[in-house]
Amino acid sequence: MPLITYRDAIRDALREEMIRDDRVLILGEEVGVWGGTYAVTRNLHEEFGGKRVIDTPIAEAAIIGAAIGAAMGGLRPVAELMTINFSLEAMDQIVNNAAKIHYMFGGQIKVPLVIRTPAGWGQLGATHSQSFEAWFAHLPGLIVAMPGTPRDAKGLLKTAIRSENPVMFIEHARLYGLKGEVPEGEYTLPLGVSDIKRGGRDVTIVTYSRMLHVALGAAEELAKEGIECEVVDLRTLRPLDMGPAYESVKKTHRALVVEEDWTTCGMGAEIAARIGRDRFDHLDAPVERLGQVEVPVPYAKNLEALMFPDERMVADRVRKMLS
Amino acid sequence: MNGLSMIAAMLPDGTVDPANDPGLSDGDLLAVHGKMTLLRALDEKGIALQRSGRIGFYVPSTGQEACAVGAGFRLREGDWLFPSYRDHGLALTRGYPLSTLVAQLFGNRSDATRGRQMPNHWCDRNIHLVSVSSPVATQLPHAVGTAYASKLRGEPVAAITTFGDGGTSTGDFHAAMNFAGVFRTPTVFLCENNQYAISVHVTRQTASKSLAVKAQAYGIPGIRVDGNDVLAVCKVVGDALALARSGGGPTLIEAVTYRMGPHSTSDDPTVYRSEEEVEQWRKGDPIRRYAAFLKKRGLLDDEAEDTAQAEAKEAVRQAVSDAEISPPVPVESLFEDVYEEMPRHLAEQRDGLLSGKG
Ligand SMILES: Cc1ncc(C[n+]2csc(CCOP(=O)(O)OP(=O)(O)O)c2C)c(N)n1
Repeated sequence: MPLITYRDAIRDALREEMIRDDRVLILGEEVGVWGGTYAVTRNLHEEFGGKRVIDTPIAEAAIIGAAIGAAMGGLRPVAELMTINFSLEAMDQIVNNAAKIHYMFGGQIKVPLVIRTPAGWGQLGATHSQSFEAWFAHLPGLIVAMPGTPRDAKGLLKTAIRSENPVMFIEHARLYGLKGEVPEGEYTLPLGVSDIKRGGRDVTIVTYSRMLHVALGAAEELAKEGIECEVVDLRTLRPLDMGPAYESVKKTHRALVVEEDWTTCGMGAEIAARIGRDRFDHLDAPVERLGQVEVPVPYAKNLEALMFPDERMVADRVRKMLS
Repeated sequence: MNGLSMIAAMLPDGTVDPANDPGLSDGDLLAVHGKMTLLRALDEKGIALQRSGRIGFYVPSTGQEACAVGAGFRLREGDWLFPSYRDHGLALTRGYPLSTLVAQLFGNRSDATRGRQMPNHWCDRNIHLVSVSSPVATQLPHAVGTAYASKLRGEPVAAITTFGDGGTSTGDFHAAMNFAGVFRTPTVFLCENNQYAISVHVTRQTASKSLAVKAQAYGIPGIRVDGNDVLAVCKVVGDALALARSGGGPTLIEAVTYRMGPHSTSDDPTVYRSEEEVEQWRKGDPIRRYAAFLKKRGLLDDEAEDTAQAEAKEAVRQAVSDAEISPPVPVESLFEDVYEEMPRHLAEQRDGLLSGKG
């Protein structure tokens, strides 16, 4: 299988879907001539023209609102929000409109919309380093995908574009350069299906997006000490597929959730509650969580470095759970 | 005031159009030049610091010095500033010390805002400089609310907010102008139309004939000024501030200028604009134009200009070397200022982190 980057995998998915279906179009800030702030849409403007790859004025609420309108009007828009931080400007359109229109109108009107947007950080300061996936995962009517590998990103995005439901497709700015194996030729992956990325018998680590790689790194380290972690990649946060995590806990009896977002009311809280309730009899210890320090992300490098779980922290926590 | 014709002050023959003369003394005329020169030197250094990895990011205002300095020269004590990330000139002219400004770029112990924000996000309560806003145009409603507070207290002060042409596309721009119109707040909206929002040309932001005409829709004056003519900017902003302070309500000013450099250190403008276009605007470089004007007036000569540039470079160099040696921000500060008093859960996280338990 060819090795391609997360960025190229996403671009390939967009391109293939635009060729397959001429109702698919892209809109957002800087997506056209410039090719996207993270170069995801590079060359698509040249290939498909300005009518299908649209540089918009700076108005996130209108980008999402117009995309919802276009979706209701028969197109299949893929709206890009330059970063997930700017989704805040579009929140009513996402929460009250994209997610609810199908329900509110008795199923008469569909909103086949994809919102692509990266989470991430890297000395960007308090307003530009956020994650927010838990907010979106909170919403009935929305599908929330947060892929961690090039293969998953491509297969899930293609499915998202073909879906009749609105999909929040959350990428990660620090994964765009990551290379991974991606099948040649056409394939799709189902939304709402978790995936085991590493097998193990001692501890179950449930995670997604960039933290998948932190968890895999920690698992690699721990394996040298004879500790075998099973790493479950959620891939989709709503609907949430707990099957693989449940199976895993039956064998490991211990679970740790690793997320990049703040932990209070985060994905880890949800997962811990579910495992605690549905796998109570299999647990030897409470479900543990690791996430972002509960302060806004600072710019200063020395402080930012303390904000997010790293491999050492994950490995330490696993050791503690086993001791 | 129709928002379409362009106000200018500096005439090619070295005189000032009497209708648009801000009436600066010779000393102030030279001080304006000094600030613009300092700003240019700071931007050159800022980009160099980022390129060499000593700071993470920088946003230059090169080409737009006349806007910030012209406007900054008319601010008075008590006025409030809500600038965009490109308007360090406003703060600098207002009296924000160069050393404090440079220290913010490093986000270390010398940074008064404690390493919390990206470079170009200054804040100083002493001079009513409110933290620069990263999300585009979100500072505009603040400038309305703060102005309203001053009005309620009967203080003769104004609030000025600055933003780019792209900022006029946001909902906050329209809502803020509307509020300001309805409540007649002492707010000056200074839009620096530098032709681009990152790669996107202003013609992609609006189908209006100008940005200033948008004021009409909100029942407030809209003025279009040559943003590379520092005296004209000084005049129209000064008048708008005076109007605001005396209870006359808000004004929108569109200063037509050009971003001669990149949007930020993450940008490569050669992708979306031609060298010819840049060259055309470079001929109208606001500092060169102003220096030529001062020379015609007999206030500046080549030697004094060189001296001003050398002094500006030296001041920036000194500020950088002072700030750079400062140690990193202390780890425990990560948990401070989230709330006025630290809640228990944060104290626990802090103690966990400091004791290495994570
Ligand atoms: C709400 C929001 N959307 C998008 C961005 C990303 N962004 C940063 S600067 C910028 C362009 C702003 O252009 P303009 O308002 O013309 O000001 P200029 O940078 O030219 O001074 C954009 C889109 C942002 N910071 N905030």
